[in-house]
Amino acid sequence: MVSRDRWRPILIYLGAAMILVWSAGPFVWQFSTSFQNDRALTEAAPAFWPSPATLEHYANVFFVKKFQLYVVNSIIVAGITTILCLIVGALAAFSLSRLDIKGRFGVLGIILSVSMFPQIAVVGPLYLIASNMGLLDTYMGLVITYLALGLPLVTWVLFGYFDTLPREIDEAARMDGITTLGLLVRIIIPMSLPGIVTTGLLAFIAAWNEFMFALAFTSTIEHQTIPVGIANFTNLYYVPWGDIAAASVVVTVPLIVLVLFFQRHIIEGLTQGAVKE
Amino acid sequence: MGLSLPLAAGPSVGAGWRRIKLPLTAWLLLLPVFVSLGSVSVYPILNGVWLSLTNTSLVTQENDFVGLANYTALLGDEAFWNAWRHTMVFTFVSTSLETILGLGMALLLFEPFIGRSVVRAAMLVPWAMPTVVTSKMFGWLFDGQYGLVNYLLRSAGLISENINWLGSVDHALGTIIVADVWKTTPFMALMLLAGLQTVPRSLTEAARMDGARAWKTFWFVRLPLLIPTLLIAGMFRALDAFRVFDLVYVLTGGGPADSTETLSTLSYKILFSTLQFGYGSALSTAMFLTETLIAVGFGVFIVRQLRRQ
Repeated sequence: MVSRDRWRPILIYLGAAMILVWSAGPFVWQFSTSFQNDRALTEAAPAFWPSPATLEHYANVFFVKKFQLYVVNSIIVAGITTILCLIVGALAAFSLSRLDIKGRFGVLGIILSVSMFPQIAVVGPLYLIASNMGLLDTYMGLVITYLALGLPLVTWVLFGYFDTLPREIDEAARMDGITTLGLLVRIIIPMSLPGIVTTGLLAFIAAWNEFMFALAFTSTIEHQTIPVGIANFTNLYYVPWGDIAAASVVVTVPLIVLVLFFQRHIIEGLTQGAVKE
Repeated sequence: MGLSLPLAAGPSVGAGWRRIKLPLTAWLLLLPVFVSLGSVSVYPILNGVWLSLTNTSLVTQENDFVGLANYTALLGDEAFWNAWRHTMVFTFVSTSLETILGLGMALLLFEPFIGRSVVRAAMLVPWAMPTVVTSKMFGWLFDGQYGLVNYLLRSAGLISENINWLGSVDHALGTIIVADVWKTTPFMALMLLAGLQTVPRSLTEAARMDGARAWKTFWFVRLPLLIPTLLIAGMFRALDAFRVFDLVYVLTGGGPADSTETLSTLSYKILFSTLQFGYGSALSTAMFLTETLIAVGFGVFIVRQLRRQ
């Protein structure tokens, strides 16, 4: 027993270190790669510390590959998607949580089940529709698609947040003669602001990272998003691993900062479905 | 508009208002979600079912009803069965690995230790990263010539020569599975951790008092209570793994020699490279039906488990 108790913390810290290396290690390596010159990257024994450290890959990414254009496209598409997702999702979640809906969990289940559709089964027909409506290679085509992809999760998570607010608030507000929409806009939303920010972040990440629809629906750098840009990163004679690493760092670091900042809320928001009875 | 409803109204009038006006408002607020999901998810799926019964092709510009011809062609298509096998292997192996590793990580994170929040935060990194970036990152780590993995294995004496991980028929699918496990296990762990936290401490304490060893407490107390969470998390992972696209498309494009082709990448190629929208829709509709079967299968298990408790 005594020896077991002595070993236990050591095993726990060993395991924790392994999880840390496993989770963060590959990206740390990518980070280091982005500062090494091509010669160092093709050395027989790779080095962790860049020597000499160089910014040439970052220069390539922005000056040669015009990566900032993809970044702007992604910010526009993901930004508009997030705002629309929050508005539409909040209306629905509010209705399901606060108003007189018969079979609210049935409705919620239907909305959630849509998120299980394989996207490949949607992309073909949607391509034809978008083509007929002139929405191919536009921001609008992507935003409309991403809105529908994001809504099930956004509605579900917002419903979870709204439903934790006590009902007495509604009744008190109604006593003061507030309208239904007023209840949502002036009371429910301000009271669940952290939840809304977190949900918005989830919607943003989903749109920022989406690849297949962006690949199918956009064809020029005017509207292609970051994932398509990175997937197409190839040079004629060799794979530009350094440039790819630099681009990866540029698009991932902001996400990681945001996620770390909101981590507690994200974990709560995303896991509520799995643990609720 | 019927959007305003003072509850102060008398009970009889109020009841009447409630019944007629409020549901209308409620459904009106739900309308945008239904319009969005209906037009971008439900309608295209149904449209896809219709397309799968036609010989629609953007090359020949044909558009005729052909009945089940696409489906019979599919059943005789070796490329389809090839992709089907890879998808099944990928789904089964990656979901199992992710569940087992995720459970291990969750149990470890459940123990209090200094720096736990740092570890938990780091675990969100793989989840937040765009899958395309993950793919490129693993492409570099597993590069056949200069990749870190080859170097480490060589230094450890486990291999004598570099392995062309993504370029050889024997290793490519396994490498993609490793990338998927990397990306999704941490999140699985966080889900399971949330589940573990709902197991009442009094139960595990009682087991410990009775002299149960740690693994027995786990096996007889925690695991049974965790099973619903495991099933739900497993279902979401399996459904997600079944439609894997980004990793395969970016890492290998289905190669070498079609050894990593999955149903999603095959569908995508049939749709957007050969432009056979009829045949491609038959394949993607078949995938949709399989996904539904997986979901229903898990659903039955989950309901049964919840009833038992």
